[in-house]
Amino acid sequence: MNQILDFLVLHSPALVVAIPLLGAFLTVLVSKIGNRVRNIFVIIISALTSIFALLLSYDVFTNGIRIYVFGGSYNPGETMIRILFEIDGINAFMLIIAAILPFVAIIYSWAFMNEQTGLDKYYTLILLITAGMLGMMMTGDMFNFFVFLEITSIASAALIAFWTNKGNAVAAGFKYIVISAIGALFVLLAIALLYGQYDALNMAILANNIQFGLLDKMALVLILAALAMKAGIVPMHMWLPDAYGRAPSSVTVVLIGTTLASLYGVFRVIFTIYGNHIMTSLRTIGEFILTPGLTIGILIIALAVLTIIVGVFMAIKQSDFKRMIAFAAVAEIGYIFLAIGAAFSTFYANPETGAATLTHSGEIALKGGIFHILNDALDVSLLFLVAGAIYFTAKTTSLNKLGGLARNMKYTSVFFLIGLLAVSGLPPMNGFASKLMIYQSTYQVNPILAIVAILCSILLLATFVKVLHSAFLGPKISNLENIKEVPRSMLIAMGIIACLIIFIGLFPNLVVETVVTPAANALKNASQYIAMITGGF
Amino acid sequence: MVDFQQILDPFLRTLKTGSGFWNPILWGIALILIFLVIYIIRGFGKREYKEGTEQTKPFLSGNPEGDKDKMHVKGSNVYWGFSETLKSIYKVFDKMHTGNVSDYVLWFLIIMGLFFIVLGVI
Repeated sequence: MNQILDFLVLHSPALVVAIPLLGAFLTVLVSKIGNRVRNIFVIIISALTSIFALLLSYDVFTNGIRIYVFGGSYNPGETMIRILFEIDGINAFMLIIAAILPFVAIIYSWAFMNEQTGLDKYYTLILLITAGMLGMMMTGDMFNFFVFLEITSIASAALIAFWTNKGNAVAAGFKYIVISAIGALFVLLAIALLYGQYDALNMAILANNIQFGLLDKMALVLILAALAMKAGIVPMHMWLPDAYGRAPSSVTVVLIGTTLASLYGVFRVIFTIYGNHIMTSLRTIGEFILTPGLTIGILIIALAVLTIIVGVFMAIKQSDFKRMIAFAAVAEIGYIFLAIGAAFSTFYANPETGAATLTHSGEIALKGGIFHILNDALDVSLLFLVAGAIYFTAKTTSLNKLGGLARNMKYTSVFFLIGLLAVSGLPPMNGFASKLMIYQSTYQVNPILAIVAILCSILLLATFVKVLHSAFLGPKISNLENIKEVPRSMLIAMGIIACLIIFIGLFPNLVVETVVTPAANALKNASQYIAMITGGF
Repeated sequence: MVDFQQILDPFLRTLKTGSGFWNPILWGIALILIFLVIYIIRGFGKREYKEGTEQTKPFLSGNPEGDKDKMHVKGSNVYWGFSETLKSIYKVFDKMHTGNVSDYVLWFLIIMGLFFIVLGVI
């Protein structure tokens, strides 16, 4: 038994991508047997993927970095021509998110999408996104990253436009594919620039060889801008409310995972590939001595503050629930970037070793930012599922047409309250712990940043109190008098996320110690990731 | 013999948040104690509430209560004052969000240009 388990864990990096990929194409065939069989099949495929992803994460957290070479073995230091996955703490952390979201979305879809046609294609595309997202999070190869990015983008665009009878959904899908295609082409151009110079596509080898010359800087700009757009940074966020707001709620939950996969790409590029040069090289302009790390940190902070403010202010004025959550999701991305920017601006070159080192507040900011990725994924997903539940029963998410839902939808109302408290960063929910870390660490960088962050969190609370008042409280609206609670599968999906939110909220230190700290260590100390491939370790 | 302390210890540890700390368990205990105090204070109150009397009817400055549907404040009307006061800011934000994909690409190019300038300088 142990031998089988060891074998499965050994090959889990390949299985994590292969299972949903194979499942995606088999779904069309299984659909011919019957809808119920297809639904069960997809849940099994998704559950298996999640189990292997979690097993792999556990293995990495316990035993350190894993390298998986496709079609052969690899000895550190030899010329790397094979495709490989390299999984360190940050990959393992992202895998947890990618394991939860599609699984929950598929359970939710059982009832939510039951009345729809074309579900064989729907589930195929969801599994394809899952495979692409997991591939993006595990690959150690830049070109592979581009391929997986394309897989997720194309499948996502098709799913955003899944409700083809709605013009807005099709328009949102079109906008998404235009934005994604442009972003992906710039990523490809950047990869070509790097490959042309260093004759390598492997991330660790690139990180080891990079000189930070003009072409490297151009490649960095191209990748950063493209992935920041995919992650939803203001003012490149406009596709996000369109896509999140128009896609079916179950799809939006998976889209959140793909957005966070792009965010991971930003981290991998700035911390690992360019990290050493960005953080330690110095440049003198007149009397000022600047490090690229400090400059990029300030740039990220500026964009993050803009993202938070625009996200929150736009959320509070929305009268459509889903579009409101989408803007709140933009603001939440801003919080993550604020923490990362704060961490970046505190990097300094250690006078003894010359290595990039983080200050204590920078380390807390980095941990807070990473912790908030998980919390953001769960909190925003729960709110989108609640919005889907409202759409399922009331056939609208317009806050002008809703009212008194709490009288008939008790469980959904409780889940909404949990989501409201969590996304607004109120104790004892998970969002509070990560936001507290962000507030305290950004205060050390500049108190104004913490004040803006806290004020915007209060506005986020006000935003969702508006939903509580106008949709859930008040008298029953005459045309909504006979609505019922949503089916069990949707409640289970919301329940899973709500339980995770409460668990993380009650035991934040456990999560920070076991999964966040290894992820933060992987980012701040990229030399281990590089040395595993180059052989210097 | 199962060592419960060893099992529970990781769950009960306090999160260090830089210049402070956060322990939801302690917070929960404090919250329960506060509710207990409130409950005790509530016990000293007078029982004057009578269900089904004038006390339970909404009072709208002497005006009769309207139709339930019409009395409910709709989503667009909540925070009307906030939006009205910040009209000038919203004008700028609304101008940004045109819904036109060409503008989305333009913003992307502007930010990419900004990145080029910043990284070119340093």
